[in-house]
Amino acid sequence: MVGNVKADGAYVVYIGMQSVRVGASAVCRTDGNMAEYSAFSLLRNAFNSNRDWKQAWRKPEPKPSYDVIVIGGGGHGLATAYYLAAEHGISNVAVLERGWLGSGNIGRNTTIVRSNYLLPASTRFYEFSMKLWENLSHELNYNVMFSQRGILNLAHSPAQADDYIRRGNAMRLSGGDAEWLSADEIGRKVPGVDVSGSARFPVVGGLLQPRAGTARHDAVAWGYARGADRRGVDIIENCEVTGFLREGDSITGVTTTRGEIRAAKTAVAVAGSTGRVMKLAGIDKLPIESHVLQAFVSESLKPFVDMVVTWGAGHLYMSQSDKGGLVFGGNIDGYNSYAQRGNLPIVEEVMSEMVAMFPSVARVRLLRSWGGVMDMSMDGSPIITTGPLPGMYLNCGWCYGGFKATPASGFSFAWTIARDEPHQINAPYTLDRFHRGAIIDEKGQGATPRLH
Amino acid sequence: MRITCPYCGTRDVVEFTYQGDATVTRPDPASTDQAAWNAYVYDRANPAGKHSELWQHSGGCRAHLVVERDTVSHVITSVAFAGIKPNPARTTTPKRKSPARKAATRGKAAS
Repeated sequence: MVGNVKADGAYVVYIGMQSVRVGASAVCRTDGNMAEYSAFSLLRNAFNSNRDWKQAWRKPEPKPSYDVIVIGGGGHGLATAYYLAAEHGISNVAVLERGWLGSGNIGRNTTIVRSNYLLPASTRFYEFSMKLWENLSHELNYNVMFSQRGILNLAHSPAQADDYIRRGNAMRLSGGDAEWLSADEIGRKVPGVDVSGSARFPVVGGLLQPRAGTARHDAVAWGYARGADRRGVDIIENCEVTGFLREGDSITGVTTTRGEIRAAKTAVAVAGSTGRVMKLAGIDKLPIESHVLQAFVSESLKPFVDMVVTWGAGHLYMSQSDKGGLVFGGNIDGYNSYAQRGNLPIVEEVMSEMVAMFPSVARVRLLRSWGGVMDMSMDGSPIITTGPLPGMYLNCGWCYGGFKATPASGFSFAWTIARDEPHQINAPYTLDRFHRGAIIDEKGQGATPRLH
Repeated sequence: MRITCPYCGTRDVVEFTYQGDATVTRPDPASTDQAAWNAYVYDRANPAGKHSELWQHSGGCRAHLVVERDTVSHVITSVAFAGIKPNPARTTTPKRKSPARKAATRGKAAS
């Protein structure tokens, strides 16, 4: 799968034999003579004591009605609003955020972007997302610091190696990139990993996706927010949805802490709060459980590891930020939770895995840890769909893997909202797939959300 | 988080294994009602607040427990053996050690 910029400035992504036009490049996207952010504007503002920067997004009062309301000002909600305006010309849109912009999972993740999936629906979706990531800073004229430093999945047994190689082959067959590395190659590439035979879980090899990497998570939220705002979208912070307005079965708007807002279409992209918000619309049960995931950052170190490394004997993923901190996380706590904080057993587990993988970090101090609420679906795959009520659209089930999906999620959700039908990349991610037996269970764990 | 096992007393959550929502009930195994089976396997209330859930004391007495816990504050309000009607009187830490533990302690003291 490849993407490129056409002569007219459109960015085109190829999915198999089909191509999809994804907006324009930065050159013709910016309406004025030059991009709002450029080397020249940096210089000009530097000489001007940085007094003339415009706010990245306005703080508008909510209007009584819009064409589309997007509930949730996280990455997916903001991306949805952006693509509604940029791709479909629907700019009379409000994004309603309960707290401040970026206060949820978009500001709480471990920033990993990858598309190393096995199943066709997943590789298609996440590879599409990867193509959008590769052009995102240009598209938004906002540096999201997308760094394709690669992701390495360590394998610790011959069976696991077989499994990873199978996944690598599936990725390559669908147009992605994957390489198998031997333990020796891993030792040279990532010197900190214990590849000795005496390791508690010896490394037998690893699957590398070179195009994977990390991005600055806040910048993704801010970039999409600014892009949407400049196209006329109202981003309304501190505006909690308290109920839905209905006419018969149809949703015709919402009641909020800042008054009633009506819209022909109401889209819900609230991740861990899906259960809460959907209950307000009378949807009492969904194939979703909310769980808490913790993440950690160490004190700053000198350059130590230049890619994302995951540990296969348990569940651990780690990278080093540009500031030098090791950013890492592991499993979810494993019980239903709406609290943005976890418990100590997982802290202990993650630290012990970290030391098993990189023995040299045993004495590094932890700087911060935090928790976020994850919308764990019953098959580990998301839901991006019309409904379940008329006038309503639902985006949820991200299972602590939503950050990398942000561009594709926003793109396909905007498509679904604008056209009342799914894009080909999100067509499999329906809500009724569970009852039809068409689940997309990447890990083969069954209907056990805590294991996805 | 700590869970007070009605048999073993208050123990760290690390001794317990989560088994999910306790309010879903399996349809009659002879039933061919597809909607009922789908609902049992996939559909969850996922409440923000009081949640009735199954835990197994897998690192202890291995009993299956029904725990009433708040999913926002993590406060546990009741713990009971699964399959036995929850009894609020049994929710607090047992005042006396169970006969089995008493015996164990006595054995230790004697040796």
